[in-house]
Amino acid sequence: MTNVLEISNIRKSFDNELVLNNLSLSVPEHTATVLIGASGSGKSTLLRCINLLESIDDGQIFLDGDEISDPLINVDDVRRKLGMVFQSFNLFPHKTVLENITLAPMKVQGKNKDEASTAALALLKRFDLADKADQYPDRLSGGQQQRVAIIRSVALNPRLLLLDEITSALDPVLVNEVLSIVRDLKSDGMTMVLATHEMGFATQVADEVCFLESGNILERGTAAQVLHDPQNPKTQEFLKRVHQAGRL
Amino acid sequence: MSERINSAWSPSSREIERRRARKSISRRQATIAAVSSTLVLGTLLVVLLTSPGWEVVKKTFFDVGYGREVFPTVIAGLWINLQLTFIGGFCIGVIALGLALLRTTKSPALTPFRFLATAYVDIFRGAPLILIILLVGFGVPALRLHGISSNVIFLGTVAVVLTYSAYVAEVIRSGILSIHPSQRAAARSLGLTSGQTMRYVVLPQAIRRVVPPLLNDFVSLLKDTGLVSILGVTDAVRAAQINASRTFNYTPYVVAAILFLLITIPMTRYTDRAIRQRTNAQSAEGAI
Repeated sequence: MTNVLEISNIRKSFDNELVLNNLSLSVPEHTATVLIGASGSGKSTLLRCINLLESIDDGQIFLDGDEISDPLINVDDVRRKLGMVFQSFNLFPHKTVLENITLAPMKVQGKNKDEASTAALALLKRFDLADKADQYPDRLSGGQQQRVAIIRSVALNPRLLLLDEITSALDPVLVNEVLSIVRDLKSDGMTMVLATHEMGFATQVADEVCFLESGNILERGTAAQVLHDPQNPKTQEFLKRVHQAGRL
Repeated sequence: MSERINSAWSPSSREIERRRARKSISRRQATIAAVSSTLVLGTLLVVLLTSPGWEVVKKTFFDVGYGREVFPTVIAGLWINLQLTFIGGFCIGVIALGLALLRTTKSPALTPFRFLATAYVDIFRGAPLILIILLVGFGVPALRLHGISSNVIFLGTVAVVLTYSAYVAEVIRSGILSIHPSQRAAARSLGLTSGQTMRYVVLPQAIRRVVPPLLNDFVSLLKDTGLVSILGVTDAVRAAQINASRTFNYTPYVVAAILFLLITIPMTRYTDRAIRQRTNAQSAEGAI
């Protein structure tokens, strides 16, 4: 199995605050890596560093064997291969659902309008959103908006999909419709890295679960190992708190 | 989403009571408003009409016959103001957009232009419009440059465009800065270049957001075109001035003022409505 993503010893700080500390991670093709950990443990920063939205202070990041942490690399080319979905959806409010999805395929991949629309409509149909194609995002529920945001990323056929706490801003009853898309994409063979607080979901999709604490991975392994038989006392304590909050 | 209103519903006795109370409150408020308006406006009118100079003022400022006589020349002048407003407005839009983009760009190749754009905005926003009109109107012809027109209408328009571009650039720039960085992050993470992000994601939202203040500037622009009359352009103000100085009757000024108001008041009302709609839209966004 080839590694789509390879991170070695990266370090990142914001104004004297160390957010990622000597962190390494490999993500093989067609697998899902789930990042868990308390807020502020560095999950989001890690995802933003992979997407080059933040620059790292040390270490290296490789995508398909190419070093993307090289300052001379074309950032736009790298981002073309990466999909990113945010906690706050970040749909473009002045564009319809269909236009949100077709913008990047048309402007970035140079597809013509018909081609891009046909592909986008097929995706919308697959995820039961075909009737929303011509609506503006503010007419949609949070769950629908997040599903559109996922489709928008997937429409570019990314090598790697990054999902940053995509259900944290959602009503509990809407969480499942979003997670079911991610499950479908996983069974399609999409490679992904996701930060989440949904432990049940993590158990279902994760090939590897990483527990982050103060910018480093303290424990990693299969979902069964990390979530149900944690060895590190900090992992145990974190999971106990999650359990008390009723999320496991 | 809301349930259908039941057609068999009739208001309860408590509701009927409440409606009666509301009606009596609003009736009382209407009476108070009417009495206070009559008092204030009536007093003003009485003071005006009983003032010792009223008869003279009426003759020199509100001479209806003379007003009719000068009306064609003043309205011909107003046509100049309108042309100046629309042609100038177009140029202002183009230049201001360029300035705003230069001031928000991070491209290193454009660094000197960013600096120049900032200096431009500082200078033309800070200097009184009338001084710019005088400097351009009398300074540029004095240079005796070949190919530069010394037509006063042209030079007056240039001066107004120079000043207003600086104002409008700042309005557009504030719109650009008001778009949340997460929109940029989303666009960039889809692989759009920074130029594409500006063109397709940031700018369309920014312009929509600043339409009300831009309309406001458009109203001011129309009024300020009257200032080019100091260069001798026969606009509405100048036409009125010529007539007034010939007869020492100031009615032409009142005619010009009324004509300006006939255009600007509907425009201001429209702007107010646009602002209100914008505010409502924003508060709806906030509720989600």
